[in-house]
Amino acid sequence: MTAQPLIRADRVSMQFTVGSSITRARRRVLTAVDQVSLDIHRGETFGLVGESGCGKTTLGRLLVRLYRPTSGTILYDGQDITSLTPQQMMPLRRKMQMIFQDPYASLDPRMTVSTIIAEPLRRTDMDRARVDARVRELLTLVGLDENHARRYPHEFSGGQRQRIGIARALAAGPEFIVCDEPISALDVSIQAQVVNMLEELQQRLGFTYLFVSHDLSMVRHISHRVGVMYLGHMVEMAPVDELFTHMAHPYTQALMSAVPIADPDASAASQRIILQGDVPNPMAPPSGCPFRTRCPVVMPVCADQKPALLDIGGGHWVACHRVGT
Amino acid sequence: MQAQPDAAAYEFIPEAERKAAEQLSRPSLSYWQDAWRRLKKDKLAMLGLAFVALMGLMAIFGPLFSPYAYDYSDFSAISQGPSAKHWFGTDALGRDLFVRILYGARISLAIGLVSALVNMIIGVVYGGVAGFVGGRTDNIMMRIVDILIALPSLLYIVILMMFMGSNIRSILIALCISSWVGTARITRSQVVSLKQQEYVLSARLAGASNWEILIRHLLPNSMGPVIVSVTFLIPSAIFSEAFLSFLGIGIQKPMASWGSLANDAIETLRSAPYQMFFPVAAISLTMFSLNFIGDGLRDALDPRLRK
Amino acid sequence: MSTKRLLEIDNLTTTFHIHVGQVQAVRGISLHVDQGEAVGIVGESGSGKSVSMLSLMRLLPDYARISADRILFEGQDLTHASVDQVRRLSGDRIGMVFQDPMTSLNPLMTIGRQMQETLRVHRKMSRADAARRVRELLGLVDIPDPDSRQKQYPHELSGGMRQRVMIGMAIASNPSLVIADEPTTALDVTIQAQILALLKGLMDKIGTSIILITHDLGVIAGMCSRVVVMYGGCIVEEGLSREIFYTPRHPYTWGLLRSVPRKEGDHAPLIPIQGTPPDLINPPPGCPFEPRCPHAMRICRTAMPGVTRLSDTHRLRCYLMDEGAPRVAWEGGRA
Repeated sequence: MTAQPLIRADRVSMQFTVGSSITRARRRVLTAVDQVSLDIHRGETFGLVGESGCGKTTLGRLLVRLYRPTSGTILYDGQDITSLTPQQMMPLRRKMQMIFQDPYASLDPRMTVSTIIAEPLRRTDMDRARVDARVRELLTLVGLDENHARRYPHEFSGGQRQRIGIARALAAGPEFIVCDEPISALDVSIQAQVVNMLEELQQRLGFTYLFVSHDLSMVRHISHRVGVMYLGHMVEMAPVDELFTHMAHPYTQALMSAVPIADPDASAASQRIILQGDVPNPMAPPSGCPFRTRCPVVMPVCADQKPALLDIGGGHWVACHRVGT
Repeated sequence: MQAQPDAAAYEFIPEAERKAAEQLSRPSLSYWQDAWRRLKKDKLAMLGLAFVALMGLMAIFGPLFSPYAYDYSDFSAISQGPSAKHWFGTDALGRDLFVRILYGARISLAIGLVSALVNMIIGVVYGGVAGFVGGRTDNIMMRIVDILIALPSLLYIVILMMFMGSNIRSILIALCISSWVGTARITRSQVVSLKQQEYVLSARLAGASNWEILIRHLLPNSMGPVIVSVTFLIPSAIFSEAFLSFLGIGIQKPMASWGSLANDAIETLRSAPYQMFFPVAAISLTMFSLNFIGDGLRDALDPRLRK
Repeated sequence: MSTKRLLEIDNLTTTFHIHVGQVQAVRGISLHVDQGEAVGIVGESGSGKSVSMLSLMRLLPDYARISADRILFEGQDLTHASVDQVRRLSGDRIGMVFQDPMTSLNPLMTIGRQMQETLRVHRKMSRADAARRVRELLGLVDIPDPDSRQKQYPHELSGGMRQRVMIGMAIASNPSLVIADEPTTALDVTIQAQILALLKGLMDKIGTSIILITHDLGVIAGMCSRVVVMYGGCIVEEGLSREIFYTPRHPYTWGLLRSVPRKEGDHAPLIPIQGTPPDLINPPPGCPFEPRCPHAMRICRTAMPGVTRLSDTHRLRCYLMDEGAPRVAWEGGRA
């Protein structure tokens, strides 16, 4: 692709310090995101999958600069936003928004729906009447009643709250939206409502999404390209159909095969790869390849060298010693 | 045999009719409206609230309608028991006890309210900043709080009173020096747990500054427990003042507070016990009422009991 | 076939009395479990799937009213048994596994000690016997290096390991039935696969029956031979897995199956169920799914539909089965 990506992350890392800050004893470093590079193009949905603690949420928050990366650079539409101060970020804030996982925690319980939705508009020069009109417009856009504007979040069901969260994210007219597990707290029948709405909004308003989820079937459904993370590393990245048909990394293969299939015959026929053990402690990651402790096809070299993320053709990137050499 | 339903029963329900049924039916209540609704159900708390309100009104307006001034001595009526003329009787200098208790209420309630308010402001700001900034700042600020708590407050209150003289101002300052620490701790722990909430991240994305996040989101959401703790601060401040005055280092004559009235009554306890009874009853009933209100508020504001 | 009936529940109703009204959590459900069988109960939040099983075990708070025409377990009539009787029996013959093991484990006790204590109190085992049994159980649930794991506290174990410990405790007395309430919902997919494989293996190894409560149709498809679909406190459809997944007849089951991406690599819009989950406080008299049903008819608002039997195993409650009702076809078919 020749067009400039909307988001470009170049070897971005994020480390958190854990432990007491006065004594400095027992301080440990947790590398949540380790040297991750990716491009997200305008109008595209980039799906990010992985298990809890793999760094997918942190990466999402880095890309909208809720966190400042420890190293690496982040470009937004060609502009380096890696170390902008909150004040310098202000004009960009309205262009990048986020939809959160927990519809119960992401809306301030003391505010009415209209105040919640209008908060991103506070810094604009819109007058009251125009803000009110915009709130009503947004409520209708996400399929809620205009009369709901004066109610409080606790009066709504989980699915309705998530719609309020979406309306708020859309308020300032964003270009790039990070959807951080937007459906995992919702009932199955409600998940489809929200996913459909996100897709419809993208078609109408041309959004670019980063869709973070552990639900592989939804990621497969909604994404154009998908990245798989494990222990802070991007282990595989490819266009969605390529990834799901030619998955090359042993972790991706295991992850896919572990997804339950809602079809008894297909489920009985499927070959499950059941990984042994748990994800290693991110504060004491294994040497070499992060996946080697659970990898069914581990080799001696995996303990010595960290495999690089390499292009194996067609925009398909894999970080594995068994692939591409 | 059951009758066969007719064909109309199997018509699909039209879309418009179904939409109408999907409205939210329950009335909309804000957090405070909801809390008030639940507080109203607590009989003891409402009784306490009524008593304190009555006491407040009487303290403000009562003396205006009384024929006696609080410092007017009627030497013809010394240590008289309760009568139609003097409802609560008179003291050893022939002053009307009812008026003096109402004046005492002014001072006691004012000290309670003002010190609670000041403590709340200091505590909320201090705790809010410590919790929000976090890290080293938080650590140092909270260690200062620990030190203040570790010092015996009575000791430095007494010392302070000796330096600044015995008057309302110095009582207030003495009370305000130490009792905000509880509020600060509560606010801090609230803010620390609330700042992890996603709506705080969301506010940051909406372009809110740190200060706005603290004022608009964190502090309003920590108010429940803070208000409960402040409600309990009022009776403890009133009690502290009464205690200091009772010891003789608080309010000075001819001013009266409930504590100093009780102090005055010691000498005549045997001959005129009512002089002790009325101020003590005023203190106790107010204590009870404020504690009932506090308990009621705690239940009404508890998020776990919502819905 | 001479399968033995293990559990039979007839017309179980559970109501919570709270200040705003009555919460009708379970509205007259009947179901059975045969020996060696895995039955899945699927439903969303508020469907009554968990409450029904907690009612069976009498594990609900005081303000819950439970009634049933008949509850038979291993031939014993539990319908009018006291709470103590039920708990004694169930502690021995029925094991339970919950979604969050952290809330069922004592954080101040090593897991080995907790497991031993349970055995010694409930099964009156000697210290040595209990210790031996605990090692055996930890082996049975595939916990590597059981001797050192025993000495750890719950917070030192990963979510998956804790769930294994819970399963070990649930099968400690060789129960004939294990009720697993969303056992893998809090776990990652790869760990979920481990736990499901473990449960499946245990059914073969110790011959226990399983009731698996979940919201995930995929989990059921891989585990259960029979499926019970619940909505708004009622069983709306019930049948063999193949009947529910391949020839479902209830609009809610259709909705559930259609709201997940169907075929691999399908990017067509999903077909969600409109509306919001039911409010169980003073529900309307008709079919609980009527407000969200795309095929709702006038009759659906009048009363709960009766049970229609399509085969020995396949039953449902829906007015679309009536003779006078319009024909509505399931367009999902076999994937």
